[in-house]
Amino acid sequence: MLIVFIVLAFVAVGTAVSMLVTRNAIYSALFLVLNFGTVAILYLILGAPFIALSQITVYAGSVVVLFLFVIMLLGAEKLPGGEPLRWQRFLAFPLVILLVADFAVNINRLGGTLALIDLPPRGYGEPVEIGKVLFTQYALPFEITAIILLVAVVGAIVLARPQQAGVSRRDLYKRDTQERK
Amino acid sequence: MPIFSLVPWVVLIPVIGLSINLLLGRRLGEAFSGALATLAAGGSFVVAVLLAVGLSRDPHPVVVPFVDWITLGDFSARWAFRVDTLSVTMMLVVAGIGTLIHLYAIGYMHADVHHQGDPGRFTRFFVYLNLFIAAMMILVSADNFLMLFVGWEGVGLCSYLLIGFWFEKGKDGIANARAAKKAFIVNRIGDFGLLIALFLMVANFGSLDFSVVFEKAPALAAAAPGVLLAMTLFMLLGVTGKSAQIPLYVWLPDAMAGPTPVSALIHAATMVTAGVYLIIRSTPLFVLAPVAQATVTWVGALTAFFAATIALGQFDIKKVLAYSTISQLGFMVAAAGMGASVAAMFHLITHAFFKALLFLAAGSVILGMEKGHERAHQFDESGHKSAGFDPQDMRNMGGLRDRMPTTYWVYLIGALALSGIPPLAGFFSKDEILHAADQYHNLVFWILLLTAFLTALYMGRQLILVFGGTVRTRAAGASTENGAIILLPLILLAILTVLGGLINFPGLWTLDHWLEHTLEGLPPAVFSPLTALISVLIALGGLGTAYLVYLVTGQVIESNSPDPLERLGFLWKGIAARWKVDELYEAIIVRPYQRLAHFLASPIDQGLIDGISAGLAWLMQFFAELLRRLQNGFVRSYALVVLFGVVAILTYVVLVR
Amino acid sequence: MNTIPAEYYLILSAILFSLGILGVLLRRNALVVFMSLELMFNAGNLAFITFARMYQTISAQVVVFFVMTVAAAEVAIGLALMVEIFRTKRSIDIDQMNSLKG
Repeated sequence: MLIVFIVLAFVAVGTAVSMLVTRNAIYSALFLVLNFGTVAILYLILGAPFIALSQITVYAGSVVVLFLFVIMLLGAEKLPGGEPLRWQRFLAFPLVILLVADFAVNINRLGGTLALIDLPPRGYGEPVEIGKVLFTQYALPFEITAIILLVAVVGAIVLARPQQAGVSRRDLYKRDTQERK
Repeated sequence: MPIFSLVPWVVLIPVIGLSINLLLGRRLGEAFSGALATLAAGGSFVVAVLLAVGLSRDPHPVVVPFVDWITLGDFSARWAFRVDTLSVTMMLVVAGIGTLIHLYAIGYMHADVHHQGDPGRFTRFFVYLNLFIAAMMILVSADNFLMLFVGWEGVGLCSYLLIGFWFEKGKDGIANARAAKKAFIVNRIGDFGLLIALFLMVANFGSLDFSVVFEKAPALAAAAPGVLLAMTLFMLLGVTGKSAQIPLYVWLPDAMAGPTPVSALIHAATMVTAGVYLIIRSTPLFVLAPVAQATVTWVGALTAFFAATIALGQFDIKKVLAYSTISQLGFMVAAAGMGASVAAMFHLITHAFFKALLFLAAGSVILGMEKGHERAHQFDESGHKSAGFDPQDMRNMGGLRDRMPTTYWVYLIGALALSGIPPLAGFFSKDEILHAADQYHNLVFWILLLTAFLTALYMGRQLILVFGGTVRTRAAGASTENGAIILLPLILLAILTVLGGLINFPGLWTLDHWLEHTLEGLPPAVFSPLTALISVLIALGGLGTAYLVYLVTGQVIESNSPDPLERLGFLWKGIAARWKVDELYEAIIVRPYQRLAHFLASPIDQGLIDGISAGLAWLMQFFAELLRRLQNGFVRSYALVVLFGVVAILTYVVLVR
Repeated sequence: MNTIPAEYYLILSAILFSLGILGVLLRRNALVVFMSLELMFNAGNLAFITFARMYQTISAQVVVFFVMTVAAAEVAIGLALMVEIFRTKRSIDIDQMNSLKG
């Protein structure tokens, strides 16, 4: 078990680092798929099969596909020009290291109280269980999520709508009604 | 008595009326809003009559609680209605005269809004009038001084709004607004006095209820007479403001800028008598402070005389009546000061009748003159009409008797009543006051007698200038009588003026018996034939003098010919210039105040205070200039700052725990 | 050796999260910045799932579900914005979007 975890952890960290390092955005997206996949396996080990499969379909599937699609659409694999904020690195790295140290110290402090995680009991985290909680205790947030998704869909459509220069919606409407007459 | 629980409706009916007019009046038209407002005032009057009927069966004062308003520790003020003979009498006067004036205003304002060129303001006028009735009802029906003050301020507000009804008109387009402002500010000085009196009451009695205050007053008079004296004198200051007495009377003549029904209702019949009502209501306090009583008497007597002299020298038909009102209010205040409360109330009522009549008749004259002017000049070549023509100037009138006969007759009745000719209402009430003055102090008696003479003189002068003699302008020649809606209230008021004496006819003393349930310790009513005879002779003498001066020896033939009284020399100059009181106030109060304001505005406010704030602004700008470099437009830098914050907080948590 | 200490998962989550932060701070390509954000979501989700397992509460998994949904919505909107920005600026360099500055 531990070996599996260590391998997966290394793959996850490695893909994340690669994603950051490559200059090509396409590669970044592909590394991201790998990363999501390994994390999904970790979810399975942790007893969350439903979440794991959601992870694969939603993230690795649609989201990354969307990314790839946009990258190709815009032809934005690589960016020209140099880094204008070179100094930022010298601040960013120490800060991030400090952050990791903070996390580590905190987790270490919790160490005594944390459990050892073994294989989950049979039936734990099944879709049925999650569904029950989702539609009873979390029914209202669930509905709100639905509305958020709807708003996102409408927003995306509005934003991506092709615009003619200098033509407002009202003009279009006017022209439309005049044509009908 | 269950009938007394109706009393809140005297306030609520006008409020309902004005609300409907406010919301719907403009849409539903002139006829509707005028009729609605008149009905609302009439409804108030009906309620007041019902209350009076109830009181005639059981005359004991009743307090009808309505709403708890303020409760602060031991102090509490509630909106309660007091139903006693005094308050109901005031209600009857206010609502009764008010209804008639509403009726008159339908006709008058119809003509006025068209003459002034803004018909849309018709409804607004009636909203204000109903608001006034409501406020006045609050004033007279209050059971404590605080509610009385609410009404007191309410009528002041209405007075302001209605004086400035044509706020963009008048000389230089500002005179009316200025008159309204003057009335408001001068009244504030008086209200300041009344407020101080209220504060003193709260401090010393812990309550503002009439019953509590009057009950505890004798103890205070024994313990600290100075406090009671101050209280009553501050109250007197309020009275001089509202009832236009020396030294605060100057606003009332200017208040004639308002439409004539307003002058009749607010500035003659009802609001200005609020001060008299206050003194009569507070008689238990004044009785305990003889010095204050004497001051009240002298203020009233001197005002009466002083204003009467000024009235003699005015040419504006409404200004004469305004100074006459001040003078008659002086009579009432003097009577109230002498403890002759019933005489004061009696004169208040009869004065409301005949002064409302006179003002409304004057309005009728003005309307007739305006119409005559338009008719006389409609064929003139020059398109601009009425430039420089003043339809209120009595010198432009003359000979209106034949052209406006009904108005002439009712004016004659009003003028004779004001002069004190029996058997009209004014004779009886004035006679009672003169009798009381005779008992009180010789000098006061003579002053008031002289005032009575002057009153008859200026009324005679006005009658002759307006209705008698020759026609002096084409406008006067072309003027005609007004319609029925104007004349009907005039005739009703004329009937009231003729019969008003019956309210307290010598021997019957109806009003005395009516009010003795409320006012305690009234002196017995006495009719003195000798005083009556003197007063009648004086009145006839005044009228006769007017006849001699203005018709026999020095008739005014042209509109620009001099007044015969100019022969008086410097006395005439004084009264024509109103003794320069306005100029005096201007010099000793207004100018120094303005100079102080200028000083505070220019070096202090603009220099010092603006300097401080400008300096602060400069400082902010300086730092902003420094800090704006942080916002460089790069999102990633902002993210870095956010990260910095997160790390800082986490590190703090880690290190501190 | 069938058990793994929960700390390991949490440490992994922290490392992934920090890498995401680095991506946001250092990459100029707006799309890669977006991906880094997704990485951070993912790290957070991992921690949630770990705690869900530790405390045997299914609610944490539900929360992860919500996070994923909202993240999907956010990606849709964000990418639409990117397309729109690209139309006007002809670039998705995040440093070119610096017109708003003091």
